[in-house]
Amino acid sequence: MQVEKFYYDNKIVKAFGYATVIFGIVGMLAGLWAAIQIYAPAASLHFAPTTFGRIRPLHTNAIIFAFVGNCIFTGVYYSLQRLCKARMFSDRLSWIHFWGWQLIIASAAITLLLGFTTGKEYAELEWPIDIAITLVWVVFGINMFGTIIKRREKHLYVAIWFYIATWVTVAMLHIVNSFEIPVTFFKSYSWYAGVQDALVQWWYGHNAVAFFLTTPILGLMYYFLPKAANRPVYSYRLSIIHFWSLIFIYIWAGPHHLLYTALPDWAQSLGTVFSLMLIFPSWGGMLNGLFTLRGAWDKVREDPVLKFMVVAITCYGMATLEGPLLSLKNVNAIAHFSDWIIAHVHVGGLGWNGFMAFAMLYYLVPKMWNTPLYSKKLATNHFWLGTIGIILYAVPLYWAGFTQSIMWKTFTPEGQLKFQFLETVTNIIPMYVTRSIGGGIYLIGALLMVYNLVKTIAKGQFVANEAAEAAPIAREALAHKESWHRKIERKPVTMLVLSLIVVGIGGILEMVPTFLVKSNVPTIASVKPYTPLELQGRDIYVREGCYTCHSQMVRPFRDEVARYGEYSKAGEFVYDHPFQWGSKRTGPDLARVGGKYPDSWHYNHMDDPTSMSPGSVMPSYPWLLDNALDTTTTAAKIRAMQKLGVPYPEGFDKIANTELSAQAASITASLKKDKIETPPDKEIIALIAYLQRIGKDIKLEQNNTQTASK
Amino acid sequence: MKFIHYLEKISGVDIYALISFGIFFLFFLAMLTWVFKTDKNKLDTISNIPLDEQES
Repeated sequence: MQVEKFYYDNKIVKAFGYATVIFGIVGMLAGLWAAIQIYAPAASLHFAPTTFGRIRPLHTNAIIFAFVGNCIFTGVYYSLQRLCKARMFSDRLSWIHFWGWQLIIASAAITLLLGFTTGKEYAELEWPIDIAITLVWVVFGINMFGTIIKRREKHLYVAIWFYIATWVTVAMLHIVNSFEIPVTFFKSYSWYAGVQDALVQWWYGHNAVAFFLTTPILGLMYYFLPKAANRPVYSYRLSIIHFWSLIFIYIWAGPHHLLYTALPDWAQSLGTVFSLMLIFPSWGGMLNGLFTLRGAWDKVREDPVLKFMVVAITCYGMATLEGPLLSLKNVNAIAHFSDWIIAHVHVGGLGWNGFMAFAMLYYLVPKMWNTPLYSKKLATNHFWLGTIGIILYAVPLYWAGFTQSIMWKTFTPEGQLKFQFLETVTNIIPMYVTRSIGGGIYLIGALLMVYNLVKTIAKGQFVANEAAEAAPIAREALAHKESWHRKIERKPVTMLVLSLIVVGIGGILEMVPTFLVKSNVPTIASVKPYTPLELQGRDIYVREGCYTCHSQMVRPFRDEVARYGEYSKAGEFVYDHPFQWGSKRTGPDLARVGGKYPDSWHYNHMDDPTSMSPGSVMPSYPWLLDNALDTTTTAAKIRAMQKLGVPYPEGFDKIANTELSAQAASITASLKKDKIETPPDKEIIALIAYLQRIGKDIKLEQNNTQTASK
Repeated sequence: MKFIHYLEKISGVDIYALISFGIFFLFFLAMLTWVFKTDKNKLDTISNIPLDEQES
């Protein structure tokens, strides 16, 4: 057979690698800043773009899509070429992909800080960026499948399966969750409302973890771990079972983010069952990784790359054991809305994703620059700093989450709640401080890596095009009879379709019933659409990222009903585009805040939270008192809502601003009674209108039934 | 445009759920049998793909 000579493209790998490092540092800095703000609210600088509500989405998006995203592309562009024994399909597409992705990241950073957000976690980016993501993702797909099709290796190695499943599922998740109606260039409303929006969002959110932070990294594990240990994976059989069962089961597990909420019970149970089953493929993968090192543990002592991988895979195992446990309703009742979840995701993020990325970079840079690593010792120090950082980060937060949750649920013998919400927060501030120290140490470790890699690069010689040779796939080899799975496994497109079917089944079964069956969302007659002023106020609530610290979901627990009021019903959220249930209570739940305090309380509280609740860790929002409300968008917003099925009367968009002014005037008057003078056109007025409305409709309902029964 | 309640009148809509679950389950069983019946040497060859490139 004629052997063909060709070159691997290392330049694109280098570019993605640099981006991984840069955005990793940026994302961690944003995280550290956000962590410090929790106990030192003044660190928000009293400046809108740097408050927690905007820095936190910046942190999550930067880590997920910029750091881990670029890490995935680095690894895929390196390993795919070698596993296929072919250069990437098109250099031009590679570079369009690279610059397109970096452009998306840059625009994401700017828009998030400016407050342009859809208000759906990890999918905050507004619609023009959503479209750009879709296009760039398609470019990546064409490039990847093109490479697979022109490959010189007959078989598709299991890592490639994980890449294919990642590509197809992320495409599906992104498109389904991003259905939104544009209002202006930077503002859109989610197509779905309330319960349905929540279900779609957490189907997306959970599977963003599954198919962006897990499957591609598992693919990298199946390539880089055997490379670094210089031995094949422990069991290839297990890797096949791992693959199919993981992608099938993962897609169902989303509703475990919504246990005890207003989501229909059957959907919650479905999420629990599949989350429990998920332990098997997850641990299958972990054991497959760790067993690969059997008899090679002496190498782990020597090689920083393997050290990072061992801890990464262990963290993967810990996080995926914890995940199913957290999906049990009784555990979830304690953990949900608390810092426990933050600890859980960071074991995954810092341990699994971070350490896999570091391991890969320590492996790739010496390879591509054709020189040994500048300092093994420094890398080992990085490893220890990182490991200690993870422990110092996670342990205090587990403690904090558990303590706070138990405090929330404590009653006095007389049957009163024992602790004010604020007491439960100030009690765990030392944990928050320790956590940020842990994060800081982890970041210092990452900086050591940057130094180490820069030094390595300086002394090496970059191999931009790495020569390789391989024979093309022999035609006659295809002719003889083969088993069906082998056939599938050699055909990337069949593989793509099959993975889509497998993940599609889960998605459809999980979500479609809530859209179809009316009894899943019982309507409540007294629930009315928001007034124009409230709608504008709600958009300010979304813009400032209030949902990053406040939930709007009273669960049916004794303590929550005692603390906040009547538990939340599915029918209350039918006009909420997007839903704002939140996922974390750094501040108290707001589902029943309407009418709880006078207007003036909210006014003063937004200006300086400590003036109303001493010791509060909420940032202050002085700009809301000065900024004039933009009412030019009101009509467009009303029309968009009408299109989504919100029953505003015909032609309401034309009179909406008149109604808005009238309501604003009445709030201004009520403020004046409490000696606060403010013009009625300020943003704070709209926000107060919204806050005073939340959760009130159902109180009306109760009043009505009481009157009726009298 | 409202994206709810479209198919609520379809009778026996749950049969689709059962069918799709069945499809997956059969696929899974078939995959398992294949995995365990297939030749070990073949699997060894595939699992060595990452390792058999020439080192530069």
